[in-house]
Amino acid sequence: MNWTTALGFGDRSWGPAMVEGAVMTLLVSTAGLAIGAILGSLVAWAKLSGAKFAGAIGEGYAALFRGLPELLVVYFVYFGSSALLTAFANLVGIEGFVGVPAFAAGSLAVGVISGAYQAEVFRGAFLAIAKGELEAARSVGMGRWLMFRRIIAPQVLRFAIPGLGNLWQVALKDSSLISVTGLAELMRESQLGAGSTHQPFTFYVAGGALYLLLTAFSDRLFEFAEARATRGMRREAH
Amino acid sequence: MGADFLWTTFTRLLGALDVTLSVWALSIVLGAFIAAGITWMRGSGVRPLVYFAKAYIFVFRGAPLLVQLFVVYYGLGSIPAVRASIFWPFLRDAFDCAVLSYALCTAAYQSEIFRGALAAVPHGQIEAARACGMSRVTLFRRIIFPIALRQALPAYSTEVISMTKATALVSMVTLWDVMSVALKIRNDTLVTYTPLIVAGAIYFVLNYLIARAFIAVEHWLSPHLRARPN
Repeated sequence: MNWTTALGFGDRSWGPAMVEGAVMTLLVSTAGLAIGAILGSLVAWAKLSGAKFAGAIGEGYAALFRGLPELLVVYFVYFGSSALLTAFANLVGIEGFVGVPAFAAGSLAVGVISGAYQAEVFRGAFLAIAKGELEAARSVGMGRWLMFRRIIAPQVLRFAIPGLGNLWQVALKDSSLISVTGLAELMRESQLGAGSTHQPFTFYVAGGALYLLLTAFSDRLFEFAEARATRGMRREAH
Repeated sequence: MGADFLWTTFTRLLGALDVTLSVWALSIVLGAFIAAGITWMRGSGVRPLVYFAKAYIFVFRGAPLLVQLFVVYYGLGSIPAVRASIFWPFLRDAFDCAVLSYALCTAAYQSEIFRGALAAVPHGQIEAARACGMSRVTLFRRIIFPIALRQALPAYSTEVISMTKATALVSMVTLWDVMSVALKIRNDTLVTYTPLIVAGAIYFVLNYLIARAFIAVEHWLSPHLRARPN
């Protein structure tokens, strides 16, 4: 089989599987980024609140997951979450081993790594809000929730876009490590295709090209989002 | 299982640290040389060179390192022409392949760091050096390089730490680094977490030491920014 048929869309070709793998990569990275956003904003909140205990926990979590190899985190979350779930299932009377779906474990792993970095992005974005805006909101009598919804959240999102764009790229690339859990994402499909056709070079280059397509395309998307979110802001004078 | 198992695990993992550290150190140094070349091309103003540098950075930063490693180790080795070439003794070796693909990848990141650091050298300093008649080489050696080095350190430490973490991937190309020995112990003994936790502790301490070292160097190189002693 030459490489065009191997990667094509005909019978016994790997084209469809590679595209499905790319879609799975997008899904698992998106889920990971979302989990990371929740963890990251909680940590940012804990650190900004000035609460000593919560801040220390947040700091410890971020330091830990920035210092561990991503692959180790993937293995740990994969084995660990299944063990936790099995223990829980045994507690409520279900016997035997209960595995966590690879998608859930994978997005959780990407998420806890991303969250450690997103914490700093959100903290920086919050600190970039002009103090006067918060004072003005308070002085017109806004409650904490209303102020968060109308003043803080929109601006934090705006300032966080460039940082989140970088972390999205990181999440996309980290998601390739989930292939070790057997989830059929792009890296895994490339491995399967390489094995079954005995054309590793073709398949890993094709896999790499698809990753490049994803990163290039999403880069554009983030640029667009940034331009749109800052359209009401005054540009710096030159 | 107890203190005994913990100790044997720890010593066995430490024994694998030399593979982790050699891949790490060699690829960072080799990567720095490639990065210097890429940075030079990027700033050369010669169109083809600039495009090549941009494309290089795009490809090696945009694709996951795992894919790059597999292209070099499994991919290139499957091509008959490569097997017949003079590069084969080098490319058949997992260690050499790992160092090569890590160096190519980190070079893309490092060259972006170098570029940013060079751009951050204040223009006035360069003008002043020219005004007092420094040659290009002296200008680079005395003014640009020291300032850029200091500017590059924080980002460089991040890159160096991300390389330590990335070395764990060599466990997937048959090398016996800390990560793969931890997985082997886990498989052999069926102890689920301990080997991974011990490995994690080793990586974490290593990264902590690297971060401290960079902070110390940064402190040492910026005496002019420190508060004046009373």
